[in-house]
Amino acid sequence: MNAANYLYISALLFTIGAVGVVVRRNAIVVFMCIELMLNAANLSFVTFSRINGDLDGQVMAFFTMVVAACEVVVGLAIIVTIYRSRRSASVDDASLLKR
Amino acid sequence: MTTSTSLVYLIALPLAGAAILLLAGRRADKWGHLLGTAMSASSFGVGLYQLMLMLDRPTEQRPIGQKLFEWINVGEFKVDAGLLLDQLSICFVLLITGVGTLIHIYSISYMSHDKDRRRFFAYLNLFIAAMLLLVLGDSYLNLYVGWEGVGLASYLLIGFWNQKPAYATASKKAFVMNRIGDMGLSFAIMIAFATMGTVSFAGVQEHAHHASEAALTGMGIMLLVAAAGKSAQFPLQAWLGDAMAGPTPVSALIHAATMVTAGVYLITRSNFVFDAAPTAQLLVVIVGAITLMFGALIGTAKDDIKKALAASTMSQIGYMILAAGLGPVGYAFAIMHLLTHGFFKAGMFLGAGSVMHGMNDEVNMRKYGALRKFMPITFVTFGLGYLAILGVPPFAGFYSKDMIIETAFNAGGAKGIILGVTTLIGAAITAFYMTRVMILTFTGTKRWDDDAHPHESPWLMWLPMAVLAIGSVSSGFLLSRGDALENWLHPLFDHHAEHEAHLFEPIVVSAMALTMVAIGVAIAFVKYARQEVSSVAPENVSIFTKIARQDLMQDRFNEAVFMRPGQALTTTLVAADDAVIDGAVRGVGQVAMGSGSALRGLQNGYVRSYAAMILVGAIALIGAIWVVVQ
Repeated sequence: MNAANYLYISALLFTIGAVGVVVRRNAIVVFMCIELMLNAANLSFVTFSRINGDLDGQVMAFFTMVVAACEVVVGLAIIVTIYRSRRSASVDDASLLKR
Repeated sequence: MTTSTSLVYLIALPLAGAAILLLAGRRADKWGHLLGTAMSASSFGVGLYQLMLMLDRPTEQRPIGQKLFEWINVGEFKVDAGLLLDQLSICFVLLITGVGTLIHIYSISYMSHDKDRRRFFAYLNLFIAAMLLLVLGDSYLNLYVGWEGVGLASYLLIGFWNQKPAYATASKKAFVMNRIGDMGLSFAIMIAFATMGTVSFAGVQEHAHHASEAALTGMGIMLLVAAAGKSAQFPLQAWLGDAMAGPTPVSALIHAATMVTAGVYLITRSNFVFDAAPTAQLLVVIVGAITLMFGALIGTAKDDIKKALAASTMSQIGYMILAAGLGPVGYAFAIMHLLTHGFFKAGMFLGAGSVMHGMNDEVNMRKYGALRKFMPITFVTFGLGYLAILGVPPFAGFYSKDMIIETAFNAGGAKGIILGVTTLIGAAITAFYMTRVMILTFTGTKRWDDDAHPHESPWLMWLPMAVLAIGSVSSGFLLSRGDALENWLHPLFDHHAEHEAHLFEPIVVSAMALTMVAIGVAIAFVKYARQEVSSVAPENVSIFTKIARQDLMQDRFNEAVFMRPGQALTTTLVAADDAVIDGAVRGVGQVAMGSGSALRGLQNGYVRSYAAMILVGAIALIGAIWVVVQ
């Protein structure tokens, strides 16, 4: 199978994730979309690793997973805290930083 | 050149006097005037001592110098602060300190009721020091320091009673008009340095032969501008009349005897420049001729005694400038008239001050009359000065003014005739207005205000007047006996000029001059002694009188041609500055603020819009890279 197809899938997944981040209001969904973008990137890394015949991309993918795991821990904690204080998980409600 | 170590005391003494009087403040009120007079007198003593030393030396060793310190040393440009005392400067030194001391003595009494008398004496001493620096400096740059110093002293003294706004304005006017002349002097110095690489008198004299005539003409014209500013010559003459706002001793010392003659000194000192630049020299003559008529015409219409004398000063300095413009044959006569004028005009100004002193500071001659009986000493001393300025033999003016008239006639060709006739007519008008002053002030009927109680001035005032009157009588005879002054100054001037044929014999010139003077006196006599003089100036007078009363429109001319356009230019520049320069600065600020508040709208606090912007930005960046790489 042509390795380029994996890259197309990766691009598709990334686009879906990016659109999701921009259009969805629910913080949990936004968060999942970010995970989708990260994993799309991972797929690209792995594909390139395969194309180039070395392990650099695969190593990179592991790093990304570690970062994603950390991010999930911190991010979910923030979302839960915001939900507790504001009774809402909508990202648009948390707009106190404007001006 | 021989060097000396004592020249500096000439300047240092009055300068120390000024410093002490100004710094000591009110504590010096009791003895300030005595210290000031003593400093001036001791400077005169040093001057006399130097004269005796100079007389003992052979002619070629007479000039002496003193280097004070190295002033400027920048690359090629080296100027030492140095003094030079030669046959020309010693004349001025003695005139300045001699007349200056007499006027100090006079002022002790004249200013005795003024609570600022100490400050007055401090300024007088400052003036003496600056004027001595002017005539003793050995380079144009040193002269320039003194030149500015006398300008400052003149400003301070004209505005001495600056609590009256008109007097403060007069001092400002004098200062501003003098600035134009000062600018001329600075340009002349720059031309000298640019073309000859030196600014010392000796250096310029040495290099003047090699310099181009254009450069020398430019320098000469700039020197003439400087002289016109300081000496109230056409076209920078308008300040002198208003300068009479100062106390009368100031008018006598600064605006008659010494400072206003600095222009004559400058031209005489720069003889090597003018001798090599005939165009500039011709301009000097023209300026002198115009001013001598200008001043004389103003003098005929003035009712203010001091302004009449000021117009006369302007006219007499016109004679000197004219003589100085005639070249080597005229320099000595210019200086001689300067010295005799210093005596008789200072004497007459002090006389006017004495009259004012007795008449509650009234200056309008139409309110005088018949003062001869009440002020006999003033009348006699003023009268001797009057005879001297008229040029009646054997008084001082006869020798000096006739020499100038004679030299003018001998200038050759049409120029000689025009100049000779101008000086003769000037002599007639001088006789007319001075006779008018005499008649209005001292003879005729009383026209005083009721509260006037004329009385003779105290001896401290009449003594200087008497000394100056003796000078008015004798100085001309003494200076011209055996051509004394001419021979004395002879080594300084370039005399290889040919002796031209005399147009008239000296005796004929004297006869013509005396005839003109007699005509002038006769007209004044008929007009003012035979008719009743009104105590208010008549209104139904001819247009010429009206113009002359307004100083021949000099102020209106300056106002219309220079002041109003200058003001308009300033207003335009202020507006342009506001619109363009400030506008640009303010515009930059407004653009920054406007774009800032426009961009602020993007900071809406919505995470999703930030994310969208990051996305768009990233896509744009990648797209750009892609385009470039492709």
